[in-house]
Amino acid sequence: MNRFLAFLRKEFLHIFRDPRTLVILFGIPIAQLLLFGYVLTNEVRNVKIAVVDQSKDYLSIRLTERLLSSGFFQLAAIPSSQSEYEGLFRSSKVKEIVVFEPDFAKNLIKEGKAGIQVIADASEPNAAQLVVNYTTAIANDFTRNEFVKDQKQPGINIKVRMLFNENMRDAYNFIPGLIAVILMLISAMMTAITITREKETGTMEILLASPLKPIQIILGKVVPYMILSIVNALVVLLLGYFVFHVPIIGSLALLLGEILLFIFLALSLGILISTFVNNQVTALAMSGFVLMLPSILLSGFIFPVKNMPVPLQIISNLIPPRWFIEINRTVMLKGGGLAEIWPNTLILLGMSALFIFISIRKFKIRLQ
Amino acid sequence: MIEVKDLHKKYGDVIALEKVSLSVQKGELFGLIGPDGAGKTTLMRILMSLLLPDTGSAIMNGLDVVADYKKVRLITGYMPGRFSLYPDLTVEENLKFFATVFGTTIEENYYLIKDIYQQIEPFKTRRAGKLSGGMKQKLALSCALIHKPEILILDEPTTGVDAVSRKEFWEMLKRLKDMGITILVSTPYMDEASLCDRIALIQQGRLMSVATPLKMTNSFPEDLWAVRTRKIYDTSKLLELIPSMLSVNSFGQVLHLVTKKGMHTAKSIIQFLSAQGEVEISVEASTATIEDVFILLMNHHKQNQ
Repeated sequence: MNRFLAFLRKEFLHIFRDPRTLVILFGIPIAQLLLFGYVLTNEVRNVKIAVVDQSKDYLSIRLTERLLSSGFFQLAAIPSSQSEYEGLFRSSKVKEIVVFEPDFAKNLIKEGKAGIQVIADASEPNAAQLVVNYTTAIANDFTRNEFVKDQKQPGINIKVRMLFNENMRDAYNFIPGLIAVILMLISAMMTAITITREKETGTMEILLASPLKPIQIILGKVVPYMILSIVNALVVLLLGYFVFHVPIIGSLALLLGEILLFIFLALSLGILISTFVNNQVTALAMSGFVLMLPSILLSGFIFPVKNMPVPLQIISNLIPPRWFIEINRTVMLKGGGLAEIWPNTLILLGMSALFIFISIRKFKIRLQ
Repeated sequence: MIEVKDLHKKYGDVIALEKVSLSVQKGELFGLIGPDGAGKTTLMRILMSLLLPDTGSAIMNGLDVVADYKKVRLITGYMPGRFSLYPDLTVEENLKFFATVFGTTIEENYYLIKDIYQQIEPFKTRRAGKLSGGMKQKLALSCALIHKPEILILDEPTTGVDAVSRKEFWEMLKRLKDMGITILVSTPYMDEASLCDRIALIQQGRLMSVATPLKMTNSFPEDLWAVRTRKIYDTSKLLELIPSMLSVNSFGQVLHLVTKKGMHTAKSIIQFLSAQGEVEISVEASTATIEDVFILLMNHHKQNQ
């Protein structure tokens, strides 16, 4: 037991003394959260917009003034033709363009209905959604105030168009996927790298020549990353819940249990990789390209599995995060229980057992 | 203490060890002398139970290195050829780690490493990766010794270490030997061979000779001449033409000429050289060094193939 504790202590020293490991462990999850957090930002202030007024009457001018005096928007450009729109978005000069139709006031008063088009830069989908919502609210408020004495209130017909990302992705879907990717990164990649590092520096030779049992070496390598993975998963869950308001509708205990299972699976995958490769670069490449890319691209994290071509759908079945992300979404967003996710849970269990089995068969108590 | 019998080891088609048999007595400082790739590391790894031999057996203190490998690992201290400590841990943390792994404490066996560890103790909070080459070796030796092993296996401990540290290192080995520890050490430096009790010359996976260094040099079977000249290269080319010449090698500023026993005198060599126009030279009979023995055996070995 003392031996094992000494080994654990050593592993934690390695982790806390290596800036690169620390960056991967804590920097990447935080950076990913911040990236998505920035997209999810709910503060609208001085957003740069462009106004195209094709009627230039008193109502369109007054609505423009109302928009600009709200504090939320700032006039950054007055494009003269439609061909300029895209350039304005691409250069990030504006985030939104408001276009008044010709005869805005006349239509509004005579027909009780007038149109404006709102075009938003949806490359940041959530920010775009917010900006559009604010614009709509101000326009609606405007008609209520202007025509307060009228019997029937005219309405402004707002046509919204999202550029660059026409069908907006649900922001909620990120957190469940992000947990899978972060756990894959930390558990599998870091375990593979830390074991191969001992091989590369030659310290594995001494460890093997010591009375340490292989199981002690592996557990000693795995436990620190298991603890850190759990911490990371909790941080992502908490941030998702409190900052981004991603709900956890289903059972929290079940969710945590599934997360533990997935951590175990990722760790065994890391050990498995380390039994095949002998240096850190290969380990990094293996876990980077063989694990990370499919985890992000083929798991349903970004692209829904059902939209993929059939061959890719088949491949995606082999990717553990695919099953885990489904579990996460079901439990967190739909409130599903074990009744819905038991097949996925079984698949994850089976994969873990397989990885561990091969690793034990392949782990060498000698050098060759 | 160490009994090696008929060890064979192949890596694919490459023969690493061939019919190696060896016996090291308790408390002996035994040297494995040979160039890189001779099979020294393979032999040591088999003894450390890190590699399995193809055939043959090795017994360490009565324990078979294959069957009883766990017990073997407890009674041996091992220092691999490469620096194999944790560069990001401090000197003290490294030592403490290995002490705990072997189920002991620094305090318990401090007397054993005191002489060595005291020299690096002022730097005990320094990371091992930032130590000089000599200090790294001292730390590695301390770590290999901390569990009070009966046998110490050191794979080229002085490679890449400065001359002063090398000398110190061998003095430390002497002291450890005096404490009763059996030491098997390998080195590519022939000059270190004379510091061992007994040595084995190893080349291409075969032991060419096993004896005390003195015996080995005294029983040199041919004549050896030290030739001093200003033009090392030209003279060595000329010497190669002398009848019954066996080898010519340069040792710094001196050429060692080996000729068949009783075929030449210093005078006959000088005559030969002056006939070729070489005048400013001196030739005298000399005793062989380990390196001369090694070269002679190596040439024999090549001719036999």
